[in-house]
Amino acid sequence: MAGDAPRGGAPAAGSDVPPVTSWEKDEKVRPVSASTIDASQPPLGGPGAPGRPARRRGSADRGLSRLFRWAATGSGVLLLLVLAAVAIFLLVQGWSAFTASEATLQSQGNLPEGVSNLAGYIGPLIFGTLVAAALALVMATPVAVGIALFVSHYAPRRIAGTVGFVIDLLAAIPSVVFGLWGAQLLAPRIAGLWSWVASVLSAIPGVTVAATPTGRSMATTALVLAIMILPIITAVSREVFKQTPRLHEEAALALGATRWEVVRTAVLPFGRSGIVSAAMLGLGRALGETMAVLMVLSTSTGAGFSFQIFDSGVLQTIAANIAAKFPDSSGLAVNTLIATGLALFVITMAVNMVARWIVSRRHEFSGAN
Amino acid sequence: MRATPPPPTSGAAPALAGALDGQELTTRDLLSSVDKRRRRIDRTMTGLVWLAFVLAITPLVSLLWTVLRNGLTKFNGYFLLHSMRNVSGGMDAGGAYHAIAGTLLITLGTAVISVPIGLLAAIYLVEYGRGPLARAVTFFVDVMTGIPSIVAGLFSFAVFALFFGPGVRLGIMGSVALALLMTPVVVRSSEEMLRLVPNELREASYALGVPKWLTIVKVVLRTSIAGLTTSVLLAVARVIGETAPLLIAVGSTASINFDLFSGRMMTLPVFIYDQYHQGPARCAPHATDCLVSINLDRAWAAALTLLLIVVILNLVGRLVTRLFAPKLR
Repeated sequence: MAGDAPRGGAPAAGSDVPPVTSWEKDEKVRPVSASTIDASQPPLGGPGAPGRPARRRGSADRGLSRLFRWAATGSGVLLLLVLAAVAIFLLVQGWSAFTASEATLQSQGNLPEGVSNLAGYIGPLIFGTLVAAALALVMATPVAVGIALFVSHYAPRRIAGTVGFVIDLLAAIPSVVFGLWGAQLLAPRIAGLWSWVASVLSAIPGVTVAATPTGRSMATTALVLAIMILPIITAVSREVFKQTPRLHEEAALALGATRWEVVRTAVLPFGRSGIVSAAMLGLGRALGETMAVLMVLSTSTGAGFSFQIFDSGVLQTIAANIAAKFPDSSGLAVNTLIATGLALFVITMAVNMVARWIVSRRHEFSGAN
Repeated sequence: MRATPPPPTSGAAPALAGALDGQELTTRDLLSSVDKRRRRIDRTMTGLVWLAFVLAITPLVSLLWTVLRNGLTKFNGYFLLHSMRNVSGGMDAGGAYHAIAGTLLITLGTAVISVPIGLLAAIYLVEYGRGPLARAVTFFVDVMTGIPSIVAGLFSFAVFALFFGPGVRLGIMGSVALALLMTPVVVRSSEEMLRLVPNELREASYALGVPKWLTIVKVVLRTSIAGLTTSVLLAVARVIGETAPLLIAVGSTASINFDLFSGRMMTLPVFIYDQYHQGPARCAPHATDCLVSINLDRAWAAALTLLLIVVILNLVGRLVTRLFAPKLR
């Protein structure tokens, strides 16, 4: 099994990929052979007779068979429609925030102090979201690639499976539990480390880095996010590493390469695009994560731009901002929040699409299957 | 390989012979001990890879340990069987019964919506789908797995608010929001399960004159039923801990509500957040029946409950495959 290489019937449909998808190729033949028996008449001309297949296909595909096919196809189409509906409904409900005048927005839109229009509201939130996700990504990717290599190439075979299970367990832990842990246990403990880092950085002339004594800063949030996106990056890169052509590795070994040299010369070049897309999937997850940010960064306003990641009070993410304000909002304030949600939706969809596009392109050209 | 081509062994061999005081030098020994620098790099990288593994395990162990230790102080039968109705301040009372009931009901509603759609879509992709439509469905199902959970909540709210007015909060809204998150997961994992069914089984069925839909129902689904159960259970475990959509769409309440179609419901994740959000209780200086930390204690106990549910779902899901999967080979 090459992971989930034949993702969908799509890449395999027309190509000449052998065993797994042989079914797809038989498709043109099958209805004929099935209906020759089904129609309970002697197959006079045989399946090759001209004109026959079309008629028989029609006769085999009726009644419940057709109903079932339509139900299955309909479900697939429904999923596409739902995705479109998400965008449409968010746009419809957020529309009044886009069209409202600045005065109305300020009086009814529940904007923070000193913000007068929607762009001034969403901009810093997008910035905060990107900072949190980027920091989390920088922390998580090297570790995740390390774990993936550990599972695919380093761990003794007996414990590799267990490690995979443990990482999956990390993915199963609800985000609210991560938030509780991050706010109650991690933040107070790591505050000391962050203030030390801040004081070291402040020693550079012209740089002032503030650090909050509570530890409830963007740095802590990003650390929790990094732990949360670790499993998805690990899972995707692990699959890619496992697909490394065996012959490439053996060739490297035959040339006298050490284990690390095998990884560097055969596994990593092969898996590079896989790592990129895995990281982007992790980025998508980190961008949309709500509860961990909300619980760790509870007091931030999100009203401005700042790079003070060790301080609290300024940076905030879109998702956490919505969750914090939504329950107490009404009227135009709700529409404003939905408009910020639309911005988040667009960003994450773009990131995810690029990531998936890289993955699917990889499958077509990698030659791994 | 550019910096360090394998050095000629003949030159280094005499020096080695003394060092290893053995005449029986294998090729491996020669190769691994000739170039110290490469060996050192290899060792370092092995160490770093192990370090990455340890780095990932540490927070997991710390989190599980904390939840267990803090959660056990209030985790008992009383906590599981009482709601928060008429509990206020620092009273040492109240539990998560209403939240557990709400979580189970809303998740059941989610499963009822997303399992049929997800399964049918997976059947479409495996048995019928080809061409641009199937490619689009595959691609966008993958993209949908990345929808931020809070956006799912906003979507559900936007839909229901259009029909029921802006203040609406219903349990079923939470089910719709979670279904948006769960369906793509169900599609992806059941698709993989359906692809594991050998084509010989399908072909044998067609050879007996069984129509396609009946082949799918009686052969394909029946063969993969264990795997499908697993994928559904794992998908449920994935969404049962979602908080943000429920915070948006279902709200919270202190009372028991068994009706998905009327009024707010409490759910375990929202209960955790709610209790955490209330922070330390205010107690009179000499109050005897008042605990300052009661809200956080309840939050940890609820976190333990939620984690137990998730772990049980995961274990049952994996056991189902192990015990009931047909032996194909």
